[in-house]
Amino acid sequence: MSELTNKSLTELVSLIKTKELKSEDITKDFIDNCNKGEKLNAFVTNAFDHALDKAKNFDKNPNLDCLLPGIPLAVKDLFCTEGVRTTAGSKMLENFIPNYESTVTNNLWSEGAFLLGKLNCDEFAMGSSNETSYFGNVINPLKDNVVPGGSSGGSAAAVCANLTPATIGTDTGGSIRQPASFTGTVGLKPTYGLCSRWGIVAFASSLDQAGPMTKNVSDCALMLEAMVGFDPKDSTSINKKKENYSKNLSKDIKGLKIGIPKEYRVDGMPSQIEELWDKGKKILKEEGAEIIDISLPHTEYALPTYYIVAPAEASSNLARYDGVKYGFRSSKGANLIEMYENTRSEGFGDEVKRRILIGTYVLSSGYYDAYYLKAQKVRQLIKRDFDQSFKNVDAILTPSTPSSAFQIGEKKDDPISMYLNDVFTVPVNLAGVPAISIPAGLDKNKLPLGLQLIGKPLAEQTLLNIAYSMEDKINFKLDLNKWWEN
Amino acid sequence: MVGELVDKDNSKYLIKGKQSNWEVVIGLEVHAQVSSNSKLFSGSATKFGAEPNTQVSLVDSAFPGMLPVINQYCIEQAVKTGLGFNAKINSYSVFDRKNYFYADLPQGYQISQYKNPIVGEGEIILDLPSGTKKIGIERLHLEQDAGKSIHDIDPSNTFVDLNRSGIALMEIVSKPDLRSPDEVNAYIKKLRSIMRYLGTCDGNMQEGSLRADVNVSVRKEGDINLGTRCEIKNVNSIKFMQMAIDYEAKRQVELLENGKSIDQETRLFDTKKNETRSMRSKEDAHDYRYFPDPDLLPLKLSEDFINKIKKNIPELPDEKKKRFIEKFNLTPYEATILVSDIETSKYFEEVVKDSDVKLAANWIIGELFALLNEKNLEITQSPISARNLSKLINLIKDGTISGKIAKTLFELMLDGDKDPEILVEEKGLKQKSDPKELENLIDGVIKDNPDKVAEYKSGKVKLFGFFVGQVMKVSNGTANPQLVNEILKKKL
Amino acid sequence: MSIDKDKIIHTSKLARISLEEKKVDSLSKDLSNIFNFIEKLNKIKTDDVKPLTSILDHSLRARDDQVTDGSIREKVLGNAPNKNEEFFIVPKVIE
Repeated sequence: MSELTNKSLTELVSLIKTKELKSEDITKDFIDNCNKGEKLNAFVTNAFDHALDKAKNFDKNPNLDCLLPGIPLAVKDLFCTEGVRTTAGSKMLENFIPNYESTVTNNLWSEGAFLLGKLNCDEFAMGSSNETSYFGNVINPLKDNVVPGGSSGGSAAAVCANLTPATIGTDTGGSIRQPASFTGTVGLKPTYGLCSRWGIVAFASSLDQAGPMTKNVSDCALMLEAMVGFDPKDSTSINKKKENYSKNLSKDIKGLKIGIPKEYRVDGMPSQIEELWDKGKKILKEEGAEIIDISLPHTEYALPTYYIVAPAEASSNLARYDGVKYGFRSSKGANLIEMYENTRSEGFGDEVKRRILIGTYVLSSGYYDAYYLKAQKVRQLIKRDFDQSFKNVDAILTPSTPSSAFQIGEKKDDPISMYLNDVFTVPVNLAGVPAISIPAGLDKNKLPLGLQLIGKPLAEQTLLNIAYSMEDKINFKLDLNKWWEN
Repeated sequence: MVGELVDKDNSKYLIKGKQSNWEVVIGLEVHAQVSSNSKLFSGSATKFGAEPNTQVSLVDSAFPGMLPVINQYCIEQAVKTGLGFNAKINSYSVFDRKNYFYADLPQGYQISQYKNPIVGEGEIILDLPSGTKKIGIERLHLEQDAGKSIHDIDPSNTFVDLNRSGIALMEIVSKPDLRSPDEVNAYIKKLRSIMRYLGTCDGNMQEGSLRADVNVSVRKEGDINLGTRCEIKNVNSIKFMQMAIDYEAKRQVELLENGKSIDQETRLFDTKKNETRSMRSKEDAHDYRYFPDPDLLPLKLSEDFINKIKKNIPELPDEKKKRFIEKFNLTPYEATILVSDIETSKYFEEVVKDSDVKLAANWIIGELFALLNEKNLEITQSPISARNLSKLINLIKDGTISGKIAKTLFELMLDGDKDPEILVEEKGLKQKSDPKELENLIDGVIKDNPDKVAEYKSGKVKLFGFFVGQVMKVSNGTANPQLVNEILKKKL
Repeated sequence: MSIDKDKIIHTSKLARISLEEKKVDSLSKDLSNIFNFIEKLNKIKTDDVKPLTSILDHSLRARDDQVTDGSIREKVLGNAPNKNEEFFIVPKVIE
């Protein structure tokens, strides 16, 4: 019954609630797909036995009064899952088995779901193509030898290829939205502080946010509802009442004002992107929204700002990986300093090392003012741009990425070219506002391109509604030819 | 010779150099553990002496994804302490990460406060033999304590215990206003006293709840510029601090007088050799790469919050000293001693509730302190309770016993805090003041020592003491000494 | 801005990461390129701008002074590469 795995999360939940489906059947089908999909290398660790146990137990005594009853879910390998290996895509945590559960995944399990497995990602969430993972590249299910995007590449590939009904990723500079765009799926980065960061391997603390990655907007709303919640263990967690994103999902966007920032029209942008962007505007107008030209004047400074702030925070967050308490320890090292240096040299990959060095440098004596302090000031300006714009508009429409998915290896030797992937997504993290990417169409290589909607802080419902409305009109269909099963 | 102290009596501590006298400039960074049940950013316990790694949470041991949440009480304690120094409480402060690597620093950074501490400038007043002196406080900030690295269990390995990791510390930085080891002693004692009064730190140096780093520089007497200073770390007793300062000041003077310069560096005090030496392994000129901790938000304190704490500040040593002098007519010396520790002042006030103040002061400062020092006890562990000491004093005051008998009684009371009134009855220690009774005793003594009487009458006046002694012996020490003297004089 | 080899080596020491000799050159090139890219920020004037200290406007939340954690020695030590029943064990620092 492989059509089961084609169904959306919302449909599956509905079928379980009406008792037309059993959790065990759903779980078995997804496990089957996962086994067939090994070539994609989306998984780092599978929890299939655990999942089947859970499914069987659920079926014996189903609790249907929850959001995700009996649903198996794989999650990005950045979420600490109790008793199940959590690697963050790194040799450093290759054998790390946490004895605690992240708040966000715990929230999912509290809503009736259970763990299917851990999904591959760029090492410590640093990357835009899932080519920096210690556990190997992930391949885009839409075309062999093409990247799925990153850092949540395994997550995007798994949703795209029906290896999991939905999943969660993390987004620090675009790591949910960009791979969603590359794989024709939906990805949402919530307002900073809406989802708890407790138990998520930290990359850049002031930018990281967990978010849903799904087949459609309806699923996205459902997953978000299950994930969010105030967490007193996270000092940056927002204390706000939970919303019923799913129930309140509506296609009615009449009268909403949508901003089009001129600075997002970059030189040399492929014409398909322009066309899709225009298509998006047209759809919004047809649905009764008003299109307004706006300016986000400091957009061009977002990437450089990001590449100071994120590495700086990362260099400090990754200092705990020292071989003392857990994780990898080098066998070389006659004294403490040597042990540190060898452990971190052998345990971290090149991109991670690069970013730690950048981060250490920009915080170091003599450079702090010129780099880190300066970047935090520019960040203030970027945030102000959004604050200003949101006085006049309810949401902002932009492309998600400057291109579709590229070839594996194509950008590996050019860090800056790789960083430019995030040009549309990064400003969002710097400002802490929510954003969603929905598939908008295909480029001439038949690879998907996404449109991004950026919203006001805590206005996820509005974002979801606009996306829901657009999705309906765009009517994007993924054409999976499952080449990996041969 | 370099190093001889000049003007010791004149209360100015100077090092005598080859060509000139040198003044020593000292600043202290005191680390005081906050008295709280749980740690600064985690819910682990803070008790001293627990089994290794049993007061450690996942947050303390920096597991992936762990996050800090600040302890409200620690914030209050820091504000309280700042108010105890009449310091400015900053309504806006920031927690920064201080990044460096060490085995007992699991995060690879310490959460501290750099440019925006919770408390700003203040001052404390020292009580010195030469008078009072104001010492400026630069700032007070909150930070995490580190764990413990144990180097001597194994020759090639270090054992790490994270129990202490994350306990709240108040770092109190003084201005470079101290000028001698004695002033340092007074400063630490005063700081400790204030914090114990406030209940914000128990000041127990042996348990490590109070530690200090000492910054020492020297300059020629009369010079107003500051010399290059060296920091002496990890000196864990006041005595060692004083020795370290003494050695370091002399070391610097010698270098400077030989035309060499002082390297600004961190040094350790070697307690075996009694000298300071340079710490060889340094963290690359200490580039801590401070930046605001993104897992925390700036701390904002309202006026209301600060005022509420202000209202609940108890009477502090300086105020209490003033009150003791005015109300009880104590001398400044007596008052200083009695207020120096909150427990002592409590004990004293308990005793004088219903007994004579002067006697109480004398007995506490004299006999009781001597006893406590000898047995190495705190006043809270005193074998004689305030109530019973009070009774003893009343027995002296109303003449029931003599001062000498009181001392005997004091010794007897030690065994289980016995009630002196009962002991007096049991042991028949009441002072004998009945002239008839005394006459009888004296007659008896005279009769028993005819040769001594003869000697006395022939001129050996010193023998008077002998007779007094004998009367005392015969009366078990209870004869009233004045009356004995009077009557003996008449009889002999 | 050029990040020369010395700076790379110094930074790597601060970050406690040992670098192979052959890698230092390529890192120097990479980092120099990245810093050229970052230098763009110098074009913009920020003298009157306050740095962003927090995206959130709620103030720091504090918790009660209760002991709610700890007494989990086995869990704390359980993942350590070198340990005994009571302690983490690491190679000595050379003094």
